[in-house]
Amino acid sequence: MAQPNELTDTSRLLTPADEIPISRFRLVASRVIESWPAKISLAILVLVVICSLVPGLVAPRDPFAQDLSLRLVPPAWSERGVPGYWLGTDQLGRDTLSRIIEGTRITVLVSLFAVSVSGLVGVAAGLAAGFYGGKTDAIILRLIDIQLAFPLILLVIAVVAVVGPSLTNLIIVMGLSGWPRFARVVRGSVLTVRHLEFVDAARSIGASRVRIMSQHILPNIMSAIIVYASFEIARMILLEATLSFLGLGVQPPTPTWGGMISDGRKYISQSWAISLIPGVAIALVILAFNVLGDSLRDALDPQLDERL
Amino acid sequence: MISKPPVSAEASPDSGRHADNEASQEPLLIATDLRRYFSLPDGLFRKSSRKVKAVDGVNLTIGAGETLGLVGESGCGKSTLGRMLVRLDEPTAGDVIFEGQNISMLSEGELKPVRRRIQMVFQNPFSSLNPRKTIGETICEPLIVHGVGDARSRQARAMELLDIVGLRREHYNRYPHQFSGGQRQRIGIARAFALEPKLIVCDEPVSALDVSIQSQILNLIEDLQRAFGVSYLFISHDLRVVEHVSDRVAVMYLGRIVEEAPTAILYRSPRHPYTQALLAAVPVPDPSVEQTDIVLEGGVPNPIDPPQGCHFHPRCPLAVDRCRIEMPPLFESNGHKVRCWINGPGMHEA
Repeated sequence: MAQPNELTDTSRLLTPADEIPISRFRLVASRVIESWPAKISLAILVLVVICSLVPGLVAPRDPFAQDLSLRLVPPAWSERGVPGYWLGTDQLGRDTLSRIIEGTRITVLVSLFAVSVSGLVGVAAGLAAGFYGGKTDAIILRLIDIQLAFPLILLVIAVVAVVGPSLTNLIIVMGLSGWPRFARVVRGSVLTVRHLEFVDAARSIGASRVRIMSQHILPNIMSAIIVYASFEIARMILLEATLSFLGLGVQPPTPTWGGMISDGRKYISQSWAISLIPGVAIALVILAFNVLGDSLRDALDPQLDERL
Repeated sequence: MISKPPVSAEASPDSGRHADNEASQEPLLIATDLRRYFSLPDGLFRKSSRKVKAVDGVNLTIGAGETLGLVGESGCGKSTLGRMLVRLDEPTAGDVIFEGQNISMLSEGELKPVRRRIQMVFQNPFSSLNPRKTIGETICEPLIVHGVGDARSRQARAMELLDIVGLRREHYNRYPHQFSGGQRQRIGIARAFALEPKLIVCDEPVSALDVSIQSQILNLIEDLQRAFGVSYLFISHDLRVVEHVSDRVAVMYLGRIVEEAPTAILYRSPRHPYTQALLAAVPVPDPSVEQTDIVLEGGVPNPIDPPQGCHFHPRCPLAVDRCRIEMPPLFESNGHKVRCWINGPGMHEA
C-alpha cells in the first residue's frame, strides 16, 4: 500500500479561487442575504431605518395634524375609507401611516440604544463570570438571580416612576433590565470555549488575560452574542411598546407604536385598525430582526467559507 | 514535506543518543516532589476533604536536548504532570527548577519570560487552533505577545516556520478548518517553535492522528529536535511511539512514577510488573512471534481512594504482604529506577 501523502490533501485545497483575497465583510454580507426571508427582512429593516432617520420625507402627511372631521377613518381599502389616508386615522383624525412612520424614530432609537447598554454590561459581566469563575462567577450569578427574580415590567415601572419617563431614562432603564439574560448567554458560551485547547495554548504562550478574552474567547462567542442581540432588539421593541401602552414610555403627542396601541384600545369597537396596525408593525419588525439574526449567525461561521 | 521513510522501516540506532553528554551537564529541568491534588465538591457549599491525588510526589529531570517519554494509562496523571511543567496547572506542592530558576511559585507576570522558553504541543489538533484566526495569526501570536520584531519580520518568521514544519507559504491566510489533522498538528508545532523554546511538552501529540500521519509528525518532531536542540517531555499512552522518540522513559501509575530508565534498557528488561504487563500487551507485527500476554486482573483503582501500600498490588501477580502495607520507594541502580519491593531491592534507594 502506498504511504498516504498529505501533499495530495494540500493540493486539493489549493484551488485558484483560494488565492484571491475576498474581504471578510463582503463575504459575510453576501451570505447573510442568501435566502429570501433574509432578503425581505433586510428590506423591512432598511425601510425602518430610513423612516426613523427622515420620517418627514417618507410620511405622506403631518403626523401631528388633527382633522376632527375625519376621525376614526378605516384603512383605504375598506368601504368607508378615505383616499389619501392609506391606513386610516385615529380618534383625533391624525393619519395612522404617518404616525407609524414617525413612531419608528422612538422605537428604533430606544431599542437599539437599550440593547447596546444591556449588551455592554451583559457581555462584560458574562465574560468575567465565565472566564474567572470561582467567587467572581458566584457573585455575578447571584446578582443575575436577584434581578431576574424581579418581574421585569414591575422593575422598570418602579424605576421610571421614580426617575421620570424621559427618553434617556427609558434607554438606561430598559438597557439595565436586559443585562442579566445577556450575561447568562455570554457566560454559558464562555464556559464552552474556555476549556478548549487553544485557550490553554494562548496561556502557555504567555498571553495576558485581556488578550485571551478579547482575541480568543470573544471572537468565538461573537455569533452567539450577535444572534442574542437581534432577539434582544425585538424584546426591547416589545418592552418599549409595553411601557408606552402603560403610559410610562415617551409621552404624547410623540407617536410611539405602543402608545398608539394604547390609544386605540378605547376605540376598538368603532375602529379595529388603530390598534391593529401598530401591532402588525411591531410583529413585522421583530420577525425581521429574528430572521436576520439567524442568518447572521450562520454567515459568521468561517467554516462556511468554502461554500462560495 | 518530510521525505523520510515511515517509522517502521527505520531502525532506531540513535535512541539514547544523548545519554553520554547528559551526565556532565546541569539538567534543563528538575521537578522535585511535584504534587497536584484536586479537591472534590462535596455537597452544596462545603469544600470536601476528599482529594484526588492526580500527581503524588513525582521527581523527574530532563536534560538539554533530551527527550523524556512519559507513559501511563489514561487518568494516571501524566497530562496533569505535563501541564504543571508549563504552569497551565498550579502544583499543590513541589518545585520545578527550570534553567536554575524555581518556576513553580512565580506569578503570571514573572512567568512570562519563562513561557518563552517552555512551550507545549497539544493533543487535539482540532481544538488547539483558534478557528477564528488564520494560520499566520496563530503562528505570529507568540511573537506578538512577547514583542518580538515588527509586523513584517513576524510575518517573515511565520513563513519560515511554515517551511520548517512542511507547510506551504500560501497556507498563511487560511483558516484551521481548511486543514487535515496532520497539517493542523504541524501548525501547532510551528506555534510551539516560534519563540525557539528550550523545552517543549508534547501532550499526546499524535494520538488523535491516523497511524500513517503519526509517523510523519513523529519524524518532524525528531527532525526539529536535531535542528534546534530542543528538549521534549513526550507524553503518550502508546509504548511504541514513546520508544521511537525517547531517550529515557518514565512509567506512571496512579499519580506516581513506578519505573524510569533509558529507553533501550526499559524496553529490553522492564523490572516493574506493571511495565512488564504493558510491554507484553504491545502487539508485535510478526505472526511467527509467539506473544505471552501478562493479563492484569481488574481495572485501575479509584484515584480518590487508592489502595494502601503499593498502588499496584491489587493487580500485581507478584504481590506479597509487604506490598499491601507499605509503599515501596524508588530503588535505583545505573539510572534504572523501580518502585517495587520484589524487583526493586538489590538496587539502592533513590
